Amino acid sequence: MELSVLDIVLWGVLPYVMVVVLVGGLVWRYKYDQFGWTTRSSQLYESRLLRIASPLFHFGLLAVIAGHFFGLVIPMAWTEAVGMSQEFYHFNALLVGGIAGVGTLGGIALLIYRRRTTGPVFMATTRNDKTMYVVLTAAIVFGLWTTLVSVFEGEHGHNYRETVSPWFRSLFILQPDIAAMAEAPFSFHLHTLVGMALFVIWPFTRLVHAFTAPFHYLFRPYIVYRSRDRDRNGKRRGVQTGAATRTPSTAARPGWSAVGTRDRDTRNR
Amino acid sequence: MRVMAQMGMVMNLDKCIGCHTCSVTCKQAWTNRAGTEYVWFNNVETRPGQGYPRRYEDQERWHGGWVLNKRGKLVLKAGGRVKKLLGIFASPVQPELKDYYEPWTYDYKTLVDAPLGDDFPVARPKSLITGEDTKITWSANWDDDLGGSAEHGHLDPIVEKVRRESEDKIKFAYEQTFMFYLPRICEHCLNPSCMASCPSGAIYKRVEDGIVLVDQDRCRGWRQCVTGCPYKKIYFNHKTGKAEKCTFCYPRVEVGLPTVCSETCVGRLRYLGLFLYDADAVTAAAAVTDPQELYDAQMDVLLDPNDPAVQAEARAQGIPEDWIDAARRSPVYALAKVYKVALPLHPEYRTMPMVWYVPPLSPVVDLLRDQGHDGEDAGNLFGAIDALRIPVEYLAELFTAGDTDRVTAVLRKLAAMRSFMRGISLGNDPDDSIPESVGMDSQTMYEMYRLMAIAKYEERYVIPKAHVEQAHDLEEMGCSLDFDGGPGMQDTSPFGEASGRPVPVAVETFNALRDRQTSGGLEEGSGLRGRVNLLNWDGRGAPPGLFPDKGPEPGTLAAAEDQP
Repeated sequence: MELSVLDIVLWGVLPYVMVVVLVGGLVWRYKYDQFGWTTRSSQLYESRLLRIASPLFHFGLLAVIAGHFFGLVIPMAWTEAVGMSQEFYHFNALLVGGIAGVGTLGGIALLIYRRRTTGPVFMATTRNDKTMYVVLTAAIVFGLWTTLVSVFEGEHGHNYRETVSPWFRSLFILQPDIAAMAEAPFSFHLHTLVGMALFVIWPFTRLVHAFTAPFHYLFRPYIVYRSRDRDRNGKRRGVQTGAATRTPSTAARPGWSAVGTRDRDTRNR
Repeated sequence: MRVMAQMGMVMNLDKCIGCHTCSVTCKQAWTNRAGTEYVWFNNVETRPGQGYPRRYEDQERWHGGWVLNKRGKLVLKAGGRVKKLLGIFASPVQPELKDYYEPWTYDYKTLVDAPLGDDFPVARPKSLITGEDTKITWSANWDDDLGGSAEHGHLDPIVEKVRRESEDKIKFAYEQTFMFYLPRICEHCLNPSCMASCPSGAIYKRVEDGIVLVDQDRCRGWRQCVTGCPYKKIYFNHKTGKAEKCTFCYPRVEVGLPTVCSETCVGRLRYLGLFLYDADAVTAAAAVTDPQELYDAQMDVLLDPNDPAVQAEARAQGIPEDWIDAARRSPVYALAKVYKVALPLHPEYRTMPMVWYVPPLSPVVDLLRDQGHDGEDAGNLFGAIDALRIPVEYLAELFTAGDTDRVTAVLRKLAAMRSFMRGISLGNDPDDSIPESVGMDSQTMYEMYRLMAIAKYEERYVIPKAHVEQAHDLEEMGCSLDFDGGPGMQDTSPFGEASGRPVPVAVETFNALRDRQTSGGLEEGSGLRGRVNLLNWDGRGAPPGLFPDKGPEPGTLAAAEDQP
């Protein structure tokens, strides 16, 4: 099969561009925007819906990630070597993947509903958040679509473990198997592209909190002592908030903007 | 033994008039910002009352602090590490805004802009959260002065408990009996459960002075600290997505100034000073089985700064000499451990709080006076303290995990001090039997009187300065463009509210500014390594470093440069 230029760009070039933006963006943001690196929780405003929707979404997403790992990283030959038939694998992937996908989608749908309908939560939603929600939801929806298509097509359906997965693994040895990916159906192409878009915007959205998941908590001592003058790496540093005790200027700085609602009184200052 | 220094505070509740000056000045200094509208690092509660946030003391609901598990091991009440991580996607027991209150402002513009007409314009309350019209239903001190306590009084968790234990015999008798104010800040605990709850490890205790702070750069907004703190003194900034708390005004304390709440306290009821404590003994002390013995355990952790062995160990641990000296003069150590009149707030939370309270005697005195007795006669007072079971039980639930004997002992000391000093003021010979009846001698009682009643500024606040002389690099270490309004300092950056780098706090500027204001000379600039902070320059002369060196050519600056 002839590889078109588009195929080469999409499946040979774009993944590496994505990795560069993702890694570079994360490093840059971690270095320069520690203060902005947070979950930006809205639980203070509303917790009844959040209590259901957020764990549903997050645990669903963890299952989805595990499923992606299983499907993309573990070669078909390996599962067959341990005696797992293609039918059995397929059934399991669809069942577990379907449940996880529906849970994740339900979770994010509820979260978006909550975000839109709860006044304070919607007011705290930035344009950045909205863009992120669109891409994230699209990635989930298109991913679920590939799964559902497989369900309806049954055994005659597309086996992504012969196209997408080899391509995914080949990316890591810097010899992308573009032909394999090009053969995959449109639904997989779409899901992969939106997924890559998600990773590209990741470092620049609130999603970064995933990269500081606090596993360290399991191992650190409960009580943390730290010197006033030195941070945990022994470097001297400025301390705690950007509290000002000195300057005559009243200009806002991170975390120090004036009280007020943006609709009326700030306009009149 | 590992000796560490801890800044502590004692509040003498007898002197609190509930004016809320501390709260207001604290708010102006620290939390008059977007995202912290509902936050009061310092608040004053009327007790009995629900407190702020409402019913924060009900740990069966809020799961704050530590408990002993079945094996007698100290564990977080909200659960262990794994449970906390599993519950991280929706912090299960975090207070909502309605548990604090919905902050508001008024539509003042209408008052100014309303057209001439027959009706008076009205400034409607507007929610600071939604910007919509709102109905004010609660605030941080809504039940001030027992306001509405006929309706809400039974909701005070301690009233609930005292009632339950006295089998409902007492029906709101407490209303007529007593009322007092309880100012609260962060306790800066020795065994902080907020810190233990933080998945990111962003909350830390400063080695030098024990102040507990949240590293705003490392906080990721998981909110577990809000659950963990039994005093609910960690707040979530809903704009920046970070936890914030009382800072013990560390930029002031570092230069030897009292905290804003202490400095502005009208009743002069706050004391600031150092404790020396044994850091290695804290966990064991917090894990004693009987909650009523926690007070004694906490006392044992505090070390005697006059003990040469303690001093030697402190020196070995690198605590500076002036800090050891300050610990010896510490008013908080004197009140807590020498006179034993200051008690910790809710020791049963097992966090080893370091803000202490002298329980109020005034309800007892007032009652006696109202009944026509001599409210300052030692005999009358002692009798009344023993008879007034309700306030004593209530105070005991606050300060001694329910041990009424301990509270009675403190109240008797305060009563004895009143009677003893009244005798002296009336020109009688000192009645040594009064101090002896509470286990003190006349001299100690007189010293206690001096500290508690005269309460000179220098005696109330013994704050050793931080040794920042080695740390001049603290200031202005960042990019020179990171000043207010500088290009990197937009209010809202593309990553949501308030991302970007913080500006370091400058202790040094304070000193430079004060030197400049008090010396009368020119800007010395010694701390600034030959540069001049233009913000501190008031136009008097041309300090060295204001202009680049011009070389050997004699100019107008020569005279200034010649000065030492």
